Parts: sequence; structure tokens; C-alpha cells
Amino acid sequence: MVFGTGDTAVTALSPTSIRMDRGDFLALVGPSGCGKSTILKLVSNLIQPSSGLVLVGGKEARAKELRIGMAFQNPTMLPWLTIERNIMMPLKIVSPFKQTYRKDKTGAFRDRVHALLKQVGLQGFANHYPWQLSGGMLQRSNLCRALIHEPDLLLLDEPFGALDQFTREELWQIMQDLYLDRKPTVLLVTHDLREAGYLANRICVMSARPGRIISDEPVTIPQPREIGMIYSPEFVEMTQGLRELIAQVRST
Amino acid sequence: MTDSQRIRLLSTSLIIGFFLMWEVLCIILNVSDLVLPRPSEILVTMWTRFPVLWPHILQTLYSTLFGFSLGVMIGVTLGVIVGTSKIAYAVAYPLLVGFSSIPKVAVVPIFVLWFGSGTTPAVLTAMVICVFPIVVNIATGLATTEPELEDVLKTLGASKTEILWNVGLPRAMPYFFASLKVAITLSFVGAVLSETVASNMGIGNVMMTASSNFQVSLVFAGLIILALMGVALYAVFSMLERRVTGWATRGNDIAIT
Repeated sequence: MVFGTGDTAVTALSPTSIRMDRGDFLALVGPSGCGKSTILKLVSNLIQPSSGLVLVGGKEARAKELRIGMAFQNPTMLPWLTIERNIMMPLKIVSPFKQTYRKDKTGAFRDRVHALLKQVGLQGFANHYPWQLSGGMLQRSNLCRALIHEPDLLLLDEPFGALDQFTREELWQIMQDLYLDRKPTVLLVTHDLREAGYLANRICVMSARPGRIISDEPVTIPQPREIGMIYSPEFVEMTQGLRELIAQVRST
Repeated sequence: MTDSQRIRLLSTSLIIGFFLMWEVLCIILNVSDLVLPRPSEILVTMWTRFPVLWPHILQTLYSTLFGFSLGVMIGVTLGVIVGTSKIAYAVAYPLLVGFSSIPKVAVVPIFVLWFGSGTTPAVLTAMVICVFPIVVNIATGLATTEPELEDVLKTLGASKTEILWNVGLPRAMPYFFASLKVAITLSFVGAVLSETVASNMGIGNVMMTASSNFQVSLVFAGLIILALMGVALYAVFSMLERRVTGWATRGNDIAIT
């Protein structure tokens, strides 16, 4: 993947190939600027590859055909809508929900939103506006919005990056529950090795720019995982190994 | 007493004080009512001549609102076109700026030439004078939409229209209403301007006739009626603005239950 032209052209990604199976929870880690987010944008069709293909289910990725849910580091709630309306937005846009969105008189969609809000511990905040909520609460709503339309593929771009340690760990647990509940295919981009190790069942390490995959290892610890597990020797050893690998590629 | 009550009280006393000062200065300095009539005289004129003034008030109000509505429709359409397409923005901007730089007084004779004197040129002047601020504000609101907000919908596979409808336009609403408040007062100026030049109806025409007959207090009565109508319409749009765009000011108007 090359950005720009002529002298200012930047090769963000070397020829890279990742294959994900249905239900995978894959974490992408690597030094900053290695093209992690570029991969996400390619998959979500926000940008087009300069060469190569993004295939989903054997077909070239077109956002229309693939149901994608995405959560960025910044919660990006629409400030003029209540939390409930914000979370309902994908139902208004994505097939097959949008066909019935306007005709829905029974409030089935609303019930769905409320059920999801309850699952992330935000019951009672449906009619609040985004500016009335804390960063952690916004990020929970963001997860709800990414999941409300039952996406086949969930893309997470450092969604817990800007939170404090306690909130982050709490959200990891919520994320794990949501994942085990629905089993979507998840692609998580993160800087946090413990986050990757706790949530994912496969971790890919990328080299410095132009990025390529230098390690692709499964996480063998069975799910669901206890949050205390991140202090176990087995887990620390794994993250330590990843850390050394990234330190190596940074210095070369 | 809350802050808003205090502000309302002060603002009322400023208005009353202004007219009192005017009255008192006129008496002290013994100003002739041919030069500057006292507010009390103006009030009396307004009261006694009201039956005659009323159809003219309606006429001006009609021209203004009709022209304003046309202006809003054209302004919003152009604003959406210019704001959503970078190419249209670059191509159309010089022409728009040039168009807006023309003093609108200059276009009145042209409208009169085309449509004769009367209501039509007043409506058209009210329209052209308020189009530009609306175009600019809608275009700015759309063009400054955070790409992250659009990305949220893009990843869902939303079409351009869906993005415009769900992100662009709501995002542009505070800009739109800010421009409406400017536009409605400008429309008044436009309509009255055209009436003074070429019409035998409307407050503008009343003032023109009155001044040539040295009925100075009637001229001032016209001015005050215009000011009152301007304030009233401004208040209407400000209220609408608070309703629609409370999220932008985090206003207390949004009920939190």
C-alpha cells in the first residue's frame, strides 16, 4: 500500500497477506506507523489498495456486501443524537435492517439497543446526549454501535487506548463477553500487548514501516479468561516474548 | 434573580432609557419636530395612523417573507452543492463572492426594468440579498464536518445521500440557523429598499412619501415599525435555533429526564 505520489510517496505496507477465518479474534500489534490502521482501513473499504486485493468470503471486499462494525479510538458519537439514536444509526443504514427501520412500530429495534446497553452496563443512559457521558461510557456506547447490526466482521482500532487502566480492564471483560456471546470475526489493532493477549486468540506482529507480518502465533489460553490471568507467569512470558520481538524490529 | 433575568431587565431598561434620553434631549435642546420628532409624538402618529399603516405593514411583511423563503430554498440548494463537492466549491466560489459584492441597491432598477414596479422587485431584492450568507454558512458547515463522523457511516456502506442526510446536514444546522438570523434582517432591508425605489405599497414607500411631505414623525414611525418587525422575526428564528440546535450549545432546552 503506497500513499501519495512522487517524492512524497510513502510505502505504508509491504506486500502483506493475512488470512482470517470466521470467528477469529485476531490482534495486530507492532511499532507505531507500521501500517496497522492502514490494514483496517483497507478491510473496511475506507481506502482502496494501491495494489493487491482484499478478499472477503472469496469475493473482493465491498462494504455493501459485508456487514462491518467498526470502533475507533475516538468514540465519534454524533453530538446531535441521543445515545440510543446513535446506536441505532447502523440499523438505519445497513441491510436488511434499513428496509424495516421506518416501518418499525413495535419498538423491536429500541429493545435491542436497550438490551445491548444493559449488557455493557449503561442502562438508563439511552436518552442522554454524548456530551453528558464520560469517556469510558462513550466507548461502551461505541462498542454497542459497532455491534448492534450483528456484523460479520468487527474492526477495532485501539478502542480502549484513551481510557484509564481500570476502565480499560473493565471494558476488556465486557468485550470478551460480547465476543463469546456472538462470535463475530474480530480484527483488533492495538499497542497494548496485554490487551492483545487477553482478548485475542491469535496475535500478528508487524515490522516497522513499510509493515509486514513477522510473527503469527495463536494464543492457547482457553476462553473465557479471568482478568487476573494477565498477571500469571504463563501470560507474562507470552507478552514478554512479543515485547522483545517488537523492540527488535523497532531498532532495525 | 438569575443571570438571564438580570440580563433581560438590563436590556429592557436600556431600550426604555434610550427613548427617554431622546425625549428629554429633544425637550431640553428644543429640537424642531421637523428635524427630530420626540418618541411620544412618533407613538401618537403610529397610533392615529395605524389603520392606514396596517396594509403597508402586511405588504412589507409579505414581500420580506416571500423573498426570504425563496432565498432560503435557493441558498440551501446552492450551499449543499457547493459544500459537498470540492470541485463545485472551487469552481463556484469566485462567482458567488463576486455576486455578493454587488451592492444590492444596484440590482433594484434592473428588477424594476424587468418586472415593473411593485411587489415583484421587492420580493426578488429580499431574495438576492439573503442568499449569500445562507450559501456560505451551509457550505462551511458541510465542508468542516469531521471526517471521522463520516467514516462511521462509510464503514457501514452508507451512500453519499445517506451521509449527507444523517451527518452533513445535522452538522450544518447551527451554521444554517446562524445565517438565518442574519438573512431575515437582510431580507427586510432588501424589501424596504426596493419599496422606497419602486412601489406604491409597503413601509418603504410610506416613509418615502412621508419624507417628501415633511411628515417627519411618520417617517420615524415607519422606522420603528420596521425595527419592531425585525426584532420579532429575529426572535422567532432564535427560538427555532435553540429548539433545533440545542446540542451545539449544550442548552438547557434539551430536557434531561
